[in-house]
Amino acid sequence: MNDGGKIMRSQLGRARGLGSAKSGIEHWWTERVSAAALVPLSLWFVFSVLSMLGTDQPVVAAWAARPFNAALLLALILMGFYHAALGLQVVLEDYIEGAALRTASILGVKGACLLLGLMAALAVVKLFLAAH
Amino acid sequence: MNDVRDAQFVAKASDGSTIRRPLSPHAGIYRWPVTMAASIMNRVTGVALSVGLLLLVWWLVAAASGPAPFALVQEFLHTPLGLLMLVGWTVALFYHLFAGLRHLAWDMGLGFAKPSLNLITWLVFAATAGATVLVWGFAYARLGG
Repeated sequence: MNDGGKIMRSQLGRARGLGSAKSGIEHWWTERVSAAALVPLSLWFVFSVLSMLGTDQPVVAAWAARPFNAALLLALILMGFYHAALGLQVVLEDYIEGAALRTASILGVKGACLLLGLMAALAVVKLFLAAH
Repeated sequence: MNDVRDAQFVAKASDGSTIRRPLSPHAGIYRWPVTMAASIMNRVTGVALSVGLLLLVWWLVAAASGPAPFALVQEFLHTPLGLLMLVGWTVALFYHLFAGLRHLAWDMGLGFAKPSLNLITWLVFAATAGATVLVWGFAYARLGG
């Protein structure tokens, strides 16, 4: 591999495939992108819930079924669970001893995030389709 | 001495006696910079919000399942435990949001000087308290307690 001597990695580190730049940059960047997306999405959600205080299921169902709200809800679910998975991964990497347990716990958390996110998204899709 | 690393802690006190060096920094007497507390809080609220996502999932699935399951969620949210979770969720959301904005500013290289660092961090705590009081004040006024 000829990198023109610009990449500061030892020959041993290169041979073992070790180093800081595996998927670290992508993890860092997507964590920021999802964070930025969650600023307006979560504020919109709080305002929406406040506007529906004390109402019952038909009002909430009708609210979630509107195309604009359904789209924002799906975006909130996607970005929320994505951001949670990335954040919890860092926490687990910091505190769980042992590679096997660490990997297993990260995969478990990511699986749970995926399944719970799909459940929430399906609920929104169901509400949307029921009203259209 | 059970561990060779303990050799690094062997020292002489000014009276000539052999002592064991203290660990530094002394966690017990260390004055916490506000930024340190803010950093830990950001992680704690992040984990809390992840757990709080379960509430969002339950709320949405119940709304999609019909009036009876949704009434169950409403009922739970009006119990002391449910209200505590909601208030905690609000605090965690606003804290993580404002602290996150602080992090995004840092990522752009803004606000790193020590005075602005401390000021912005205190502002994050103040904004969290303000936004939480605003939201729950509105909810209280709307529902009459």
